[in-house]
Amino acid sequence: MTLKSLAIAGAIAALGSAAWAEDVRIGMITTLSGGGAGLGIDVRDGFMLAIEQSGAENVEVIIEDDERAPEVAVRLSDEMIQADDVDIMTGIIWSNLAMAVVPSATAQGVFYISPNAGPSQLAGRGCHPLYFNVAWQNDALHEAAGAYANSAGYGNSFILAPNYPAGQDALTGYKRTYGGDLAGELFTDLGQTDYASEIAQIRASGADSVFFFLPGGMGIAFVKQYADSGVDLPLVGPAFSFDQGILQAVGADALGIVNTSQWNRDIDNATNAAFVESFVAAYDRLPSLYASQGFDAANLILSALESAHPDDEDAFRAALAAAEFDSTRGDFAFGSNQHPVQDIYVRRVIQEGDIFTNEIIGTALEDHGDVYAAECSY
Amino acid sequence: MTFILFAEQVLNGLQLGVMLFLMAAGLTLVFGVMGLINLAHGSLFMVGAFAAAAVAGATGSFLLALAAALAAAAAAGAIVEVVVIRRLYNRDHLDQVLATFALILIFSEGTRFIFGSFPLFLDTPDWLSGPVTLPGGIQYPIYRLALIVVGLVVALGLYLLITRTRLGIQIRAGENDREMIAALGVDISKLYTIVFALGAALAGLAGALVGAIQSVEVGMGEPILILAFVVIVIGGIGSIRGALVGAILVGLTDTLGGLLLPSFFRTFMEASAASAVGSGLASMSIYILMAVVLMLRPTGLFGAKA
Amino acid sequence: MTRERMVNAAMLLILIAFPLWAWAADEPFMITLATKAVILALAGVGLNIALGLGGMISLGHAAFFGIGGYAMGVLASHAQNFDPILEGPFLIEGTNSMPIIWLTAIIASGLAALAIGAISIRTTGAYFIMITLAFGQMLFFFAISWPAYGGEDGLSIWVRNEFPGLNTLDPIQFYAIAFTILCAVLILTARLAKSPFGLALNAARQTEIRVETVGISPYKLRLIAFTISGMITGLAGALFADLNRFVSPTMLSWQTSGEIMIFVILGGVARLFGPVVGAVLFILLEHLLGGISDYWHIYLGALLLVIVLFARGGIIGVLAGREAKHG
Repeated sequence: MTLKSLAIAGAIAALGSAAWAEDVRIGMITTLSGGGAGLGIDVRDGFMLAIEQSGAENVEVIIEDDERAPEVAVRLSDEMIQADDVDIMTGIIWSNLAMAVVPSATAQGVFYISPNAGPSQLAGRGCHPLYFNVAWQNDALHEAAGAYANSAGYGNSFILAPNYPAGQDALTGYKRTYGGDLAGELFTDLGQTDYASEIAQIRASGADSVFFFLPGGMGIAFVKQYADSGVDLPLVGPAFSFDQGILQAVGADALGIVNTSQWNRDIDNATNAAFVESFVAAYDRLPSLYASQGFDAANLILSALESAHPDDEDAFRAALAAAEFDSTRGDFAFGSNQHPVQDIYVRRVIQEGDIFTNEIIGTALEDHGDVYAAECSY
Repeated sequence: MTFILFAEQVLNGLQLGVMLFLMAAGLTLVFGVMGLINLAHGSLFMVGAFAAAAVAGATGSFLLALAAALAAAAAAGAIVEVVVIRRLYNRDHLDQVLATFALILIFSEGTRFIFGSFPLFLDTPDWLSGPVTLPGGIQYPIYRLALIVVGLVVALGLYLLITRTRLGIQIRAGENDREMIAALGVDISKLYTIVFALGAALAGLAGALVGAIQSVEVGMGEPILILAFVVIVIGGIGSIRGALVGAILVGLTDTLGGLLLPSFFRTFMEASAASAVGSGLASMSIYILMAVVLMLRPTGLFGAKA
Repeated sequence: MTRERMVNAAMLLILIAFPLWAWAADEPFMITLATKAVILALAGVGLNIALGLGGMISLGHAAFFGIGGYAMGVLASHAQNFDPILEGPFLIEGTNSMPIIWLTAIIASGLAALAIGAISIRTTGAYFIMITLAFGQMLFFFAISWPAYGGEDGLSIWVRNEFPGLNTLDPIQFYAIAFTILCAVLILTARLAKSPFGLALNAARQTEIRVETVGISPYKLRLIAFTISGMITGLAGALFADLNRFVSPTMLSWQTSGEIMIFVILGGVARLFGPVVGAVLFILLEHLLGGISDYWHIYLGALLLVIVLFARGGIIGVLAGREAKHG
């Protein structure tokens, strides 16, 4: 295993916590190359920042690139479990990769802490005692967008998302909380880059607002083309299209757009302020939503390691479930299905000097869990 | 459905079509003259977009960015032709497919190595942003109108180049009989480099033009590459006229299919299921079009008889 | 014994010795890697029948690979949820028995190959490459937007399917299954190439007219070869899905078609063991280069270029010289 990117963290035998005198191995599989690599890089950097700050000596993190391909992720997870003997796994960004890796990893007795993907299957009937999600259930930000649309007085939304499971979930999530009428509902192609046709339909629909979920490059393309089309209905969407990594590529066209997120860099607490400052110092860029999730995932794991070793499954699970760590989001707790119960905020895109970023303008949902928890029993 | 919506969609189909033409023209030229299948054509599209984004970021000028895209893609094309591609002309299609597949890997990861993993910013210039109102009350973005105009001008230019210039005569001769024009004293390897660089420049131009309304990122070239292949197969490989007709056909099928199929299914299905089924079928529609064309004419609409 | 035969024998020996070593040394992941190589080799052997024997450059074999994978995914997921596939006129249950899954995969991918081939083989040369690519993309988009079986998320199976008398979850036993199938298919392929059908197919690849004049339809020959080729690749797809306990539209993507083609060309087109050598080398490269750099695709691309440009005939071509190819 000499060719691996091994990152072994600094020193604190001094903590002297006898609970984990043994070494702990964490396997991180995330997207570091190809399309969408920015998300994985942010999760990794946030995660490693927390590990370095803790100075934990006995924690070894093995990082591998899944190239956003489920087959590669499966190969890497087999390698980590069968050859490297990891205790905990984390890192996966995309729901389809999570569905390929998580069920078999937990079935083989490895803890999985998701720093991003939260597919509904794993929150409901497919939940597992060893699976925790520290970011959100996939529907959460969309439900928050629906709640915001109600409070903003929108009564006739046009909604669109790519035609794949996460896109279908997004529209379902929005409709779950949104109380008004629908002016139209559209599924676009995954990876589509031209939205002229959709925008024309929005223009003709008589809507009073537009909800869209178009992650990555799709969102950049949509927002730029929308701004250019002269349609000026308000846009609402989840944070993914307006996050720190992507916002500079959208530019001024994104200014003023409202989006929903469980995190922003101006959330007022000491942990968050220290996180933002140290992230900028370490990597010379502003942290994103994903970086905060990576940071929180690492701190959750570190907090649980203080009282138990993953080999002691029950004790370690109880320690994770207690979630006794300082989250960048402030209050943080797990629901009965080990997914977050947290506040979801409404943000607006602003410009600070040359940099485009977000500010919080309200709270869409407080202490929000997910509807799938009811279907989960261990 | 209103007339305005329909008319706007036709314009959108046309705009997609002319951009596909810019991609397809280079592919089909290279195939017609050199007999080469180039999977790496999408990478040249990406090179154009990244060069434009880099120059626009540094200078703020959109026209300079376009010039940079043309130059960078043509240069990349010429270099690749001299170093790799010219060794492939006498090989079978299999070697060509594999070698150009390898080039995609090198271009994509190389670009990521230089520019990083996040999308770059490239926007339409101020003097081309916003909508105009066309006769009939259709609101349409000026930039997209400009794309249609640029595409048609390039098509006309290409037509003149091929029918009226010395280079054009050599290209046409090369399509018909390669040995003969070499025997007539034309420097064939220079001709090939020029043709390849010309195709690359067109792809780079398309990348920069389209990049301004989409996102400039690694891997942006492959989806449009596959569409361009569909275009040249429908039009007939090697035929510029076929590429233009095929491109507009594909553009219109894609755009109108996305509009009409979901509303067709909505007449007898529940709205969100209709939307899912309709758009699923719409994304397959151009491939169905291609299969139908090839069933009727195995060498495409304007292809030479095999 | 020709040099090519010696290379083949050496390859077989490695495929037997390496997993046994890994088993003895308690390195289960190495066995998993070897299993993956063997299964991908099988997919390549399938493609090689169309490509090497029939001269049909298919850039759409991911379609058959994916159909095989989905045959496994659909049957096993129904069995896992105790939810019959069809209740209508007669009951069809899901299953987790490997032999039934393999049979289904072979039939389904064979039918698909027959349909796609019937249209595609009317075209030749570059048109054939493009139309097979387009059919592959069509199925890819269909799989992504078809919600019943997971769409883009794909389908996960908790436990590997069963084979009578064996514990398939034990890596070495699953390897034995895959390796046995590969050997059986290799024997079949070698026989096929030497049979009257194989000889006629090879003749049709070289000079079509001659075959026509003796009253054989090259179209029919090619269609049969294409269908057999699709069936084998489909079987490999079912095994691959079982190895990963997972199937997704990625298996249908054109990059997958490209990779299967890489195995064949890397090893040597129309060589019996070409795809085997190619797949083993590819897995090895992926494993070694992946650790060196985030940008390992650059090295992979460069290596492929060198092989295409300077090592014609693939690895076996280099090792065995330019002796007669099989078939």
